[in-house]
Amino acid sequence: MFFTLIFTVLFYAAIIIFVGGLAFKIRQYWQTPAPLKIPTTPAPVTQSGVIYRMLKEVTIFESLFRSNKWIWLFGWCFHMGLFLVFARHLRYVVDWSWVALIQPFGIYAGFLMIFGLSGLLARRFLVERIRYISSPSDYLMLILLIAIAGSGLLMKFAFHTSVIDVIDFVHGLLSFGFHILPPDFLLYMHLLMVVGLMIIFPFSKLLHAPGVFFSPTRNQIDNPREKYHVAPWAAKLGSDKE
Amino acid sequence: MAKVEIEVPECPEYPIIPRLKEGMMAHSKPYIAVEKFQHELGFPGELPENWQEAALDKMQDLLGKYRSFQVYLDSCVKCGACTDKCHYFLGTADPKNMPVARQDLLRKVYRRYFTLAGKYFPKLVGAVDLTKDVLDDWYSYYHQCSQCRRCSVFCPYGIDTAEISMAAREILASVGMGQKYCNEIIGKVFKIGNNLGLPEPALKDTLEGLEEDIFDETNVAVRLPLDEKGADILLITPSADFFAEPHVDGLMGYAKVFHESGVSWTISSYASEGANFGMFIGSYENMRRVAMRIRKAAEDLGVKRIMFGECGHAWRVGYSFLNTLAGPFDFLDPNYPVPQHICEFTYDLIQKDKLVFDKSENDEHVVTFHDSCNVARATRMGPKPGGQFTIPRAILKTVCNNYVDMDADTIHDATFCCGGGGGLLTDDLMEIRVKGAMPRMTALKKIVDEDKVTTLVAICAICKSQFIKTLPYYGMQMYMMHSLHQLVSSALVMQRLTEPADDSESESSDD
Repeated sequence: MFFTLIFTVLFYAAIIIFVGGLAFKIRQYWQTPAPLKIPTTPAPVTQSGVIYRMLKEVTIFESLFRSNKWIWLFGWCFHMGLFLVFARHLRYVVDWSWVALIQPFGIYAGFLMIFGLSGLLARRFLVERIRYISSPSDYLMLILLIAIAGSGLLMKFAFHTSVIDVIDFVHGLLSFGFHILPPDFLLYMHLLMVVGLMIIFPFSKLLHAPGVFFSPTRNQIDNPREKYHVAPWAAKLGSDKE
Repeated sequence: MAKVEIEVPECPEYPIIPRLKEGMMAHSKPYIAVEKFQHELGFPGELPENWQEAALDKMQDLLGKYRSFQVYLDSCVKCGACTDKCHYFLGTADPKNMPVARQDLLRKVYRRYFTLAGKYFPKLVGAVDLTKDVLDDWYSYYHQCSQCRRCSVFCPYGIDTAEISMAAREILASVGMGQKYCNEIIGKVFKIGNNLGLPEPALKDTLEGLEEDIFDETNVAVRLPLDEKGADILLITPSADFFAEPHVDGLMGYAKVFHESGVSWTISSYASEGANFGMFIGSYENMRRVAMRIRKAAEDLGVKRIMFGECGHAWRVGYSFLNTLAGPFDFLDPNYPVPQHICEFTYDLIQKDKLVFDKSENDEHVVTFHDSCNVARATRMGPKPGGQFTIPRAILKTVCNNYVDMDADTIHDATFCCGGGGGLLTDDLMEIRVKGAMPRMTALKKIVDEDKVTTLVAICAICKSQFIKTLPYYGMQMYMMHSLHQLVSSALVMQRLTEPADDSESESSDD
């Protein structure tokens, strides 16, 4: 009961910080003007072209692929693994048929995640250039994600947790009715780390997730000659046409 | 030409990433702008007492004004994709010349003062206080970035170090640490109209001299008009085109193309400069002031179109920013984009079969084209993306029989900067310029050896000036360097020999 209470409070707090913090940052990005047209060219000349460019960036990591095949391989495996694992975890919240359908893929995606993360971590230690630019938080972030994925896989393959009970706990959280969280050390650790990840998300480099969509070099249409573009603060300068 | 003694990096046979040599270029820094040059641009003359506060205030101000600055400081995950992409890193091995490390110089301070993590756990996230040492490091390493945007091409989030380095330079200038070279030049533009400080009478003389040169060579009275009201086209070109070699041969090339096209054109003594150094120092205000001169010149002269000559940074400010800074240009002819590039103009005439060439005039050349960084990654030519690559090459292939490209990963949007862009084309930065040229020189040397390339063509005044200096350091001839319209000019067969309208015009303005 004690741990149920703790995790209930933690989850509510984490959700508020995660959603609130992210909303604050997204609002900040949205409201900060981009005074000049700076797409990295060649760039699309239409809005649909920009959507296609962005889609390629966030699904196949196009620029990264051009840049470095190893980072791409590890980074892409991690993110795709994370995506599938996340989708698999939807079963704790909803009861949709496609979620049931992807369950088997979700399991192996956990291994894909760990493969990718380990590769990224190894590069951080082994490649001199990347070691040079790494701070403690850069290592810890990867270790945290590996630990989350690892504890999850352990619960699947070694020390089973009662999925039904966890589903009940989550439904309890969502409906403000409380259900006991099964007493399980691995589960506690897993959830604690996930809560931690949610809390640091809006304060860390994890902001690259919303950030990429606001990157002017990637999201601007290449049409400066055709369309007049000026930021509100810059327009004020223009009152004196010299 | 006197060569400064510099340890020139060796050109590797295949691309290698150097081992890190910390502090290799920590000594490199340009002269600081003296009080007079700072004041002319609205910056303080020296480091104020409360410089730290002032610098952080400026950073806060920029964070609210530039989405790029805010998003890019937050979004980097330190993946390392950019670490081997900067020509200055490849040429110097100094780790602070890796794009991410260069950004981090500022990002560490941003984290310390503007993020929760950096305020409470500075060691954990690598946040540092803004000390004088940090400020000096900024001054040194943000003047080892040519704002060429190669890193931004390869970054998974498109983080553009140029944006960070422009912001850093603006912060530096706002605490009295402006760069002499750039700020002095911008002051000259405000006073005289061009970077060189070439006044109207001297400019007039120069242009008349060029008219004579062309007449001696071709027997055709080709004009280079100055301040001619009612001309169709206002040509904005880098002032280096008025006197430097091979720039000036390019200018004569534009004049001949204009002559053949039959369109009237003029240069303005008030806006006799294409390159807008306001961009280099990251100052929107100063960039705008320079750009407004072009608008005023266009209005005063009553032209219908604005066209830019061969200049990479000019074309970025022209193509991408001019409309924003000095537009909208609704008083110009709406049938043409504002502005146009001289290459777009020449290419269009070629497409319409209006120019006659004798390609064999250029048979002594085996030509390659260097994509200038700002043209390649920050602009376009023609209606289609990538026109900035295809149009200059199409022109070259029309006027030359022998054309060879450098390696695919060193051209188009992966091109290497010449090493002198972004406000670094000054003698006090010669070492970083020579070392930064290494990747481009390596790719060039390869086709000089393998394909007997004799001629390097660029459409940027900075590239041309920089290569003339650096080619000899890498065992190549400075005479390899050519302007694109220089080759156009050699092959152009003048058809409009006696055009009555032209003759009368030239007579009336000659007195």
